[in-house]
Amino acid sequence: MDEIKSGLAEVVCDVLVIGGGTAGPMAAYKAKRHSPEARIVLLEKANVKRSGAIAMGMDGLNNAVVPGYATPEQYTKEITIANDGICDQAPVFKYASRCFEIIQELDGFGIKFQKNENGDFDVKKVHHLGSYVLPMPNGDTVKKALYRQLRREKVLISNRYMATRLLTGRDGQIAGAIAVNTRSAEFLVLRAKTVILCAGAAGRLGLPQSGYLWSTYENATNSGDGYAMAYHAGAALANLECYQINPLIKDYNGPACAYVAGPFGAYTTNSEGNRFIECDYWSGQMMQEFYNELQSGKGPVFLKLNHLHSETIGKIEAVLHHVERPTRGRFHENRGTNYRERMIEMHISEIGFCSGHSASGVYVDEFARTTVSGLYAAGDMASVPHNYMLGAFTNGAVAGEHAAEVATNIDLVDYDTADVVREQQRVLAATRREDGIPPNQLEYKTRRFVNDYLQPPKVTAKMKLGQARFAEIREDMENAMIVRDAHELMRSLEAASILDCAEMAASASLFRTESRWGLYHHRVEYPEKNDDDWFCHSILRKRDGRMIAEKRPVAPYIVPIDESERSAYDRQRIRRHA
Amino acid sequence: MPIAHTPTAVPVIVDEAKCIADKGCTVCVDVCPLDVLRISDLTGKAYMKYDECWYCMPCETDCPTGAVTVNIPYLLR
Ligand SMILES: Cc1cc2nc3c(=O)[nH]c(=O)nc-3n(C[C@H](O)[C@H](O)[C@H](O)COP(=O)(O)OP(=O)(O)OC[C@H]3O[C@@H](n4cnc5c(N)ncnc54)[C@H](O)[C@@H]3O)c2cc1C
Ligand code: SF4
Ligand code: SF4
Repeated sequence: MDEIKSGLAEVVCDVLVIGGGTAGPMAAYKAKRHSPEARIVLLEKANVKRSGAIAMGMDGLNNAVVPGYATPEQYTKEITIANDGICDQAPVFKYASRCFEIIQELDGFGIKFQKNENGDFDVKKVHHLGSYVLPMPNGDTVKKALYRQLRREKVLISNRYMATRLLTGRDGQIAGAIAVNTRSAEFLVLRAKTVILCAGAAGRLGLPQSGYLWSTYENATNSGDGYAMAYHAGAALANLECYQINPLIKDYNGPACAYVAGPFGAYTTNSEGNRFIECDYWSGQMMQEFYNELQSGKGPVFLKLNHLHSETIGKIEAVLHHVERPTRGRFHENRGTNYRERMIEMHISEIGFCSGHSASGVYVDEFARTTVSGLYAAGDMASVPHNYMLGAFTNGAVAGEHAAEVATNIDLVDYDTADVVREQQRVLAATRREDGIPPNQLEYKTRRFVNDYLQPPKVTAKMKLGQARFAEIREDMENAMIVRDAHELMRSLEAASILDCAEMAASASLFRTESRWGLYHHRVEYPEKNDDDWFCHSILRKRDGRMIAEKRPVAPYIVPIDESERSAYDRQRIRRHA
Repeated sequence: MPIAHTPTAVPVIVDEAKCIADKGCTVCVDVCPLDVLRISDLTGKAYMKYDECWYCMPCETDCPTGAVTVNIPYLLR
């Protein structure tokens, strides 16, 4: 295993799904249900059995719109406000209208959702305005349940293949993708009528404070390949300056998790044991207050549980130490942190791109279509804001159905074989050198400069220096990188995606000359929100080989927002404390 | 530029007495999202080949004999 072999095979399918984490399996399943005769391929860098953000399951749905608790209109309103108004509502409304049906379908797969004594779904309030959090008592079974459905529907699964570039036809429409086997370096060309990108967040962009490249919030396989592939295929990417930054357990870098413990009575405090934020729901505005408190001399910030009854804490532990990020318990044990006695020290995560938690993603409409004909995106990497796990499932379903329908009406598009040759040369260049710089050093350096120059508060001169450093790293990557086995080859391709994302983060952040989304886009020289000039999406795309930025109007709201409601998320700080 | 190797203490440990890779098991290698486990040619047992671990636990959870222990990587312990 791992030695580099030469090989090139071609596969033909109707719908190709790239990424088998959360959105991907649902997209493939729905595509197959829609067109049982069609060839649906699910391509995964890891193994669909245990891949993605939900590799070990999840403790609950963060954004369930359940009848009796909330309406699609209310949810659309809350997300529009949480995202500072920059929101095309149609995809959010579509999600909100369909997600309950998906909950019921998941329930049918054997994934259970918490019910109260009356047998109704037991939805909890964590958001600023409405109630959307639905616990999953057997959340550890999610992946198994999905995998069973994929096997039953005979979806073709290709594990350990990393997609590296999309293939397009003469008019720019999608033709398929190129992938590399992560254990043998053999190439696979996948011709497809439609392609759905579900490759997750760009989670390896900033460097965690521990300095360990893999201690990211996101599953560390998610190196932003989807963003990079969409960019190189000419697709528009939206609001990348609206970074993902999360409040996490210091050093462990996983969620504590206020959404689980909050409904039991836990809350965020400063070192004096005082609350300083109204609401633990993750938004840029909340993160700004979190950051301010850390800087104020009243830090560090903690999650406080030690006022709760021991039995209650036992219930919380039963969730936090068994699903999602189950090594949490081991981390606390090493440090001697018992929730009954001590508060949990929290910190701010490194930056990333993720629409699942904020709003940085490949631009999509309400059918999950990108701006490239035949190319779809769903889940964390698609631009639907605050999408979370149920968003990945629901929009994956939307994408799968639409892509399957379109595929029944079109033919395969021819690609240019020269593109495949060029991609093979790009991928293999580093394997042909005798010595040079290994990918882990290039990745480390890129990510350290992301921290030094791109992390908010954002400063123009710093971001420009960052761009200069990234250009130097690119020179090294293209001319001096060395790769010695197939595993390292995967890492080198990931390092290239990370560098692409770093350059996109700098360009998008420089483009928007205002501050918005709290900490996510806090620009020191432009401290105010400027609705006159910047009530719009910022769009990045590749044109004639160069990165260009442009504005795109926010689609007219379908759910109106009152002037008085617009600033609800700006009022995060507890008054008496401020 | 010659390449040196920097030592690191890997977070994932396999109890070789319990590991049945020599009977054909490859479960932990198959499920690891980061693809960092391998079966050793020397010992015929599973081991952590690359120190690139998300301390996520599928390897430990899915091992049929309970041979795997996931520790928190030292840098963040
Ligand atoms: C620690 C953590 C806790 C969370 N807690 C909650 C919660 O409690 N409730 C909630 O609702 N949401 C939660 N979320 C968010 C939710 O899990 C995600 O929004 C959702 O799972 C994202 O799904 P996805 O399909 O976009 O990405 P993922 O599930 O991450 O899947 C992406 C997949 O793409 C694959 N891939 C990447 N690159 C390539 C490539 N080049 N080629 C082939 N495959 C590739 C990856 O291996 C991976 O399997 C949490 C997320 C994390 C990380
Ligand atoms: S899963 Fe367990 S028994 Fe199987 S190879 Fe891995 S360590 Fe050995
Ligand atoms: S903890 Fe996760 S990343 Fe680490 S070896 Fe086990 S499965 Fe792989």
